Amino acid sequence: MLAWTIYISFAAAGLLLLLGPDNDRGARLLALGAAVAGLAVGIVGAIEHGAGLATVSRHAWIPGLGADYHLAADGISLVLVVLTGLAAVAGILFSWNVGYRTREFFSLYLALIGAVYGVFLSFDLLLLFVFYEIAIVPKYFLIAIWGSKGREHAAMKLALYSFVGSALVLGGLVAAHVESGARTFGLEELARHAYPASFQNWAFPVVFLGFAILAGLWPFHTWAPTGHSAAPTAASMLLAGVVMKLGAYGCLRVAMTLFPDGLAAWRGVFGALAVAGIVHGALVALVQRDLKFVVGYSSVSHMGFVLLGLLTLSPVGLSGAVLQMFSHGIVAGLLFAVVGRMVYDREHTRDLEELRARRLGRRLPFAAATFVLAGMASMGLPGFSGFVAELQVLVGAWQTFPAYAAIAGIGIVLGVAYTLRAIQKAFFAGDPTPATAPVPEEHAPPPPAITLPEKCGAILLVAVTVAVGLWPRPLIDWILPSFASSLFDGLRKGGGL
Amino acid sequence: MERVAEFLWIIPALPLLAAAAIALMRRRHRRPAATLAIGSLVLAFVASCVAFAATLRPAAGEGLVRLHHDFAWFEVGGAAFRAGWLLDPLSAGMLVMVTFVGSLIFVFSVGYMAHDANFTRFFGFLSLFAAAMLGLLVANNLLVLFMCWELVGLASYLLIGFWFSKPEAATAAKKAFIATRIGDLGFLIGIVWLHHATGSLLFYDDGAGCLEQGAIARLVAATTVGGMAVSTAISLLLFCGAIGKSGQLPLHVWLPDAMEGPTPVSALIHAATMVAAGVFLVARVYPLMAASPAGTDVGAGAHAAHTTALAVVTWVGALTAVFGALVAVAQDDIKRILAYSTISQLGYMMMGLGTGGPAVGMLHLVVHAFFKALLFLGAGSVIHGCGGEQDIRRMGGLRRAMPVTFATYAVGMMALSGFPLVFSGFWSKDAILHAAMVWEPSRIPFVLGLCGAALTAFYMTRQMWFVFFAPRVGTPHGEPHESPGTMTVPLVVLAAATVLLAVPATPAWPWFHAYLAGHLDELHAGWNAGAGVVAAMAWSILAVAVGVAVSWRLYSRTPAGTDAIEIALPRVFRALRARLYVDEFYAATFHRLARWASLASDWADRFFWGTIVDSTAWIARGVAWVGRVFDNDAVDAGFDAGCEGTRGAGKWASRIQNGQTQRYLRLLAAGIVAIVAVLAWSGTR
Repeated sequence: MLAWTIYISFAAAGLLLLLGPDNDRGARLLALGAAVAGLAVGIVGAIEHGAGLATVSRHAWIPGLGADYHLAADGISLVLVVLTGLAAVAGILFSWNVGYRTREFFSLYLALIGAVYGVFLSFDLLLLFVFYEIAIVPKYFLIAIWGSKGREHAAMKLALYSFVGSALVLGGLVAAHVESGARTFGLEELARHAYPASFQNWAFPVVFLGFAILAGLWPFHTWAPTGHSAAPTAASMLLAGVVMKLGAYGCLRVAMTLFPDGLAAWRGVFGALAVAGIVHGALVALVQRDLKFVVGYSSVSHMGFVLLGLLTLSPVGLSGAVLQMFSHGIVAGLLFAVVGRMVYDREHTRDLEELRARRLGRRLPFAAATFVLAGMASMGLPGFSGFVAELQVLVGAWQTFPAYAAIAGIGIVLGVAYTLRAIQKAFFAGDPTPATAPVPEEHAPPPPAITLPEKCGAILLVAVTVAVGLWPRPLIDWILPSFASSLFDGLRKGGGL
Repeated sequence: MERVAEFLWIIPALPLLAAAAIALMRRRHRRPAATLAIGSLVLAFVASCVAFAATLRPAAGEGLVRLHHDFAWFEVGGAAFRAGWLLDPLSAGMLVMVTFVGSLIFVFSVGYMAHDANFTRFFGFLSLFAAAMLGLLVANNLLVLFMCWELVGLASYLLIGFWFSKPEAATAAKKAFIATRIGDLGFLIGIVWLHHATGSLLFYDDGAGCLEQGAIARLVAATTVGGMAVSTAISLLLFCGAIGKSGQLPLHVWLPDAMEGPTPVSALIHAATMVAAGVFLVARVYPLMAASPAGTDVGAGAHAAHTTALAVVTWVGALTAVFGALVAVAQDDIKRILAYSTISQLGYMMMGLGTGGPAVGMLHLVVHAFFKALLFLGAGSVIHGCGGEQDIRRMGGLRRAMPVTFATYAVGMMALSGFPLVFSGFWSKDAILHAAMVWEPSRIPFVLGLCGAALTAFYMTRQMWFVFFAPRVGTPHGEPHESPGTMTVPLVVLAAATVLLAVPATPAWPWFHAYLAGHLDELHAGWNAGAGVVAAMAWSILAVAVGVAVSWRLYSRTPAGTDAIEIALPRVFRALRARLYVDEFYAATFHRLARWASLASDWADRFFWGTIVDSTAWIARGVAWVGRVFDNDAVDAGFDAGCEGTRGAGKWASRIQNGQTQRYLRLLAAGIVAIVAVLAWSGTR
């Protein structure tokens, strides 16, 4: 059942190209239908599947190499599949106003979604890599064609980083395949193989780094803010929401399970980089003038928590990391939606100094309220999903690296500072009339009202982050049992978990 | 009786529902919003009284009354994470106080905010605040407490920034949130550590909670860096949260700025309830703070334990008490004076907790909430009556224009200064001073406390003089007038409560003291004055008398519009007025450091890493260019040269076949000659 998430997305991507060139409405509805179907199939399939590790579909693919078309899922995959579905639906709702080459836009969008589903469900390394590469292509075009200022530079940067990362990953995977001596790319089979420590000591950092580049690991993060900012709204939502998760997922699913000894040797180094990313991202976000850059750097900071949580190797930290992937996917999507769709498409500026004078708090109260809620979720206020996630990461980190946990805490305080700064400058500053006065007549024409699809998207995402914040149990009940499967035997033996 | 704890959630849920309902209302639904907010809080007050009554009956066997109800919240690390509600004298007393004072302040707000366009939203925020505060009080889990703690901070942010169009208000709101968050960072790390060390965040769980004997014994036994007991380290981290929330040194800077919010907010949040949450937290985790290897005395004994954690609490409190009082001497804004006095009084509460245990500190907390709310609402009434004027030097002579406000304000002032016998503030402060006097480690906190008491009397007398007695200075806002009934009635009620509370606060009938300490069996005890109670009282009366007398003498003789201290000690006055330059110090250090680090990081990203990426791209392009040059000039050129050669050869060869028969014949002849010559030559061999 879960496999249909991939097929529906790709099929719809193909169907869209068959539509008439002017049929924008049809394209939107078809895309939304496919995304909703994907989400529904994902949720129903996930519930049916349950937390344990089980195969969804397996066929021989390239017998010469021992590569299989092997789709499977455990609880971690399920959480990320659901996240992808939610992000896909919300992204389409927030791209309802795309009018330039609408068919192609949604077609590429759905192809990206399909590839992301594919990565989260692949249990064959070659297949995973193929989906991973498929995801890069639509990403590039979405930015280069529909992006805003600086899109070519951003798309170049993104492509460069992605391909460097992919090259590292591919090198590591081929080495792992050859070194194992078995004619297979199956994840479970390779994870059972005990590689010699000397091999793991170089293979782990290569593969981990290759994936972590896409997760925004400091100092290989600079593609993220520029890419997020130049991308059209839906693409930044997807980039921050799910594409960065591909990287973190790869780190956990491939690098950490294949090379537990290498992980043990390199843990401190990568942990330090993750913490550096948390603080660095928060600091840089504090002085940005472009609102999208603030959100982009906040993503770098929050993804640092994901990587830190992964490296703690304790069940609490790992479950916090996966939950943080989910939470950040929702919250970052929401923030980008407000900035890109609700504000930029109406005001045509993201410069905080210019927005100050526009009294958006009064003119776009819905956008202001959504941004405040998203900001609260982003700064890890209790009651929102980010709190449960970051708290677990901190608990896990405290057991492994107390000093890192303390420094990561500085990132949390800075997170409050840059979020409040952004909220205030963008929405609640420079309003010369006292609040006690009646609302004055607007001289400038009022901005177009917030549309129904935007409201639906915003309510969907806010509801999810609050629901998870108050009742995280269903997700945690999926995540935690996953670490009991045979995939993580190596990590357990190494003393982790 | 056990059932009471099960239904404790109703108390915070009532205002929460009101807040949710108000959030859905339109701006014009002013009356329903106010009615709903006040109604829900009054109901919560009734429910709190029921809960309070439940704690009055001693539990069978032991003297401690403690009811809790827990449930599984989520699972983490294989273990259920449980949350719950807790009812003990500490929370019951606070519940009644918060709902009572809160209801009065809500009523007052109806009058004070009558002209505000966002009246509805204001009551929504107030209800949200009340819900969070009440949730904080009934939590039986440190994490739930922390969540409500943060929600309280959020409500405070929204209310300080309620008039966000004023840049000062917006900045103050941000400052308050960030300053308290810095303290919360320590708090959160403390929570994480506590969970790691004990495996539970439930306070009381029939022996398995983190504040109970077993867990604490483990925490005391374990040591961490520098040989410090883990219990001490965690206590100090938790205390960081209290420092931030309760405006203690060095994180006090946000509290005076928070006065930019509407005055009822200052009264409710920044005087009576929210800032007291830090004190409440220390009282709640007192067993942890007081834990020492010698065994823990969780009791009410006036001088319970001497641990590092409590010593830190005492010293921070004592220093804050004097600092706040000193700075208050030189302020001119009526609300700022009260804000610094709040800082100072919170210092006293901390000192009381550190030297005398929870009962001493909490007694002052409860009593202070009443008279400080009274003072703030009185100040609000004064500001309202003077058309928004807040500078005490431009008031004067208001005792005739605003008699009710004057009388009630005088009650509050005397309670705050600690006038003997009939005012509750005297007794609660006296308990603290007594505890400090007999505190073994050091006498200095006691001396600081006495200085603070004298200073308090001094600055309150100064304020009274300027506002109500001094000759009137003309203001541009017209004649001052008395406030409407919705504002004066709460003042009268609070004034009455301030005086009445003196009865349970006296050591002559130590019922309230024993109740707060959880020892109802001591009810029968009469005058439990240990050695030195009378001495402490004498010292305290002396300090107050000196403060009032000096102040009155100084100010009643200075000409209108000037300040006696400013004339006598201009330098000292300037430094005090500038709040001892603490804000400037932070701006010059931390603020600048953060900004510098941010700019450096931004620069690194833009130029350093950016250059690396771009240069990679340029290198790639360069390599591609070299490749192209090589292809063009070497490979292609060679190929072209080859082609050219072939073509040239063909051209040359084609010249032979130019279609002229004579040339063909000539070549044929030459060929034959050549062949014959070759054959002939080879044939001769």
